[in-house]
Amino acid sequence: MTALSLGPPTFVIPPKLGRARGAFYMLERNLYIYRHNWYLLLAEVFEPVLYLLSIGVGIGELVGHIPGLGAPDVTYAAFVAPALLTTAAMNGAMNETTFNMYGKLRLTGTYKAITSSPMAARHIALGEALWAVLRGTLITCGFLIVVTILGLAKSPGILLVIPGAALVGFAFASTGLVIVTYLRDFQDFQYIQLAMLPMFLFATTFYPLDVYPRWLQLVVECLPLYQSIQLVRQPALGQFGLGLLVPVLYLVVMGVVALRWAVARLGVTLEK
Amino acid sequence: MSLALTTPPAPFRELTYWLHRYRRVWRATIVVSVANPLMFLAAMGAGLGKLVQNNATPILHSTPYLQFFAPGLLAAAAMQNGFIDSAGPVFKSAYGRGNYRSAANTPMKPTDIYLGHLMFMAFRAFLSAAAFVLVLAVCGTFPWQRCLLMLPAAVLIGMAFSAPVAAVAIRITQFSKISAILRFVIMPMYMFSGTFYSTSQLPRWLHAIISVTPLYHGVDLCRGIALDTETGPGFALDAGYLLVMAVGGYLYGRRIYTRHLHA
Repeated sequence: MTALSLGPPTFVIPPKLGRARGAFYMLERNLYIYRHNWYLLLAEVFEPVLYLLSIGVGIGELVGHIPGLGAPDVTYAAFVAPALLTTAAMNGAMNETTFNMYGKLRLTGTYKAITSSPMAARHIALGEALWAVLRGTLITCGFLIVVTILGLAKSPGILLVIPGAALVGFAFASTGLVIVTYLRDFQDFQYIQLAMLPMFLFATTFYPLDVYPRWLQLVVECLPLYQSIQLVRQPALGQFGLGLLVPVLYLVVMGVVALRWAVARLGVTLEK
Repeated sequence: MSLALTTPPAPFRELTYWLHRYRRVWRATIVVSVANPLMFLAAMGAGLGKLVQNNATPILHSTPYLQFFAPGLLAAAAMQNGFIDSAGPVFKSAYGRGNYRSAANTPMKPTDIYLGHLMFMAFRAFLSAAAFVLVLAVCGTFPWQRCLLMLPAAVLIGMAFSAPVAAVAIRITQFSKISAILRFVIMPMYMFSGTFYSTSQLPRWLHAIISVTPLYHGVDLCRGIALDTETGPGFALDAGYLLVMAVGGYLYGRRIYTRHLHA
């Protein structure tokens, strides 16, 4: 019996991967995939445009000028457009970290495969959050182009909605990252919808806060989408002030806390 | 004692299968088919209604916005539920190892499977519409009798969509196509068929296009019943349009099911 002389086994210790580097690899992977189905982003621009054309224009005629909005030339459509834009950024980011990530986490085993490389859960979490923010921002830009073509961009301040939408995307992408680790089955997506739809409908998307009684106003003011809409709508309508710092702070804290939580949760989930 | 078991007619066996499944999963359907339209009703009807009221526009002929919007939403929700209850389940049942394949290997004919499944969809359409109408009646938006009359109209709208959509969905091979139909056909109809505002506000050419869509007639039918403005010919046109769609879809679906499941 001849012994094969293979020598002692050699292990290659992979170089430790920096956080930014790992996140970038994850982002790069998603960009490669989306080269082939970038048109899915157009479909996500389509829905808010539909809402804008239908509700903004049709209901605008019924509603007329909204009292208490300052400038008398602010039409109803110009009032609704920034809110729809915020919602597009939110959905664009959160659909990615919930729907699309669920598949990669539970069905196709993409993340399991990735963790056998030098990449770890934190790289995946950061990379996916980064990609979701980029995706949300791209959708926002697409919608912004439509808004400008329709002549609803009232102030050059509307360009500020792009960083605003990126921050909104960050806060909701990180939250989505936490939620996805708790989902057991596709049926659980119903519960996400159960939270997102009322938030979309009631967080001053279609009418100002003062239609509510005082106690309800306080509840609505605590909603993350309300804060997000404030951040985007005020500059879009040409209102600037220190009050903008409140939503910025709210969303930064929300995003950072959720992201840290998500990194820990994803680590636990992938080790199972 | 006879050993022959009394089995129900074949379509009812298919219906029993779906009802048996539904006992386990009915909770999840509440979110989409009941909570979703009720939230739209509260947000739009009550919240937006306030703004519309303040503006006092003559367009709605002095109907309060909630009363104008609610029947339109009932019709739009019936369409959406009719689509969701047929497209996805039929696709899953026909594709791969779905339950249609198993049923087709028994003495049941494809047309029995189709009819049984349609009966279940009608049952779902009835439940969703009943929940919505019950809320309208309890809130006193409309009198009881009008609410009861709206119920069969909503089921008719649901079936006018379910029957043809099932025939289309059984031939589809990718789920993403169903999402595309929902996004590019159903949602635009939901937004533009006079649910949220009167289509007479729109440009004439757009109004002409919309007035041939099925949901436009569904909205017209429900609103006419709710506000008691329906005339004889208008009622016949709206109900006839939807009936033709449901029956035509059913006859078409019988052929497609037979071709597809006995291939």
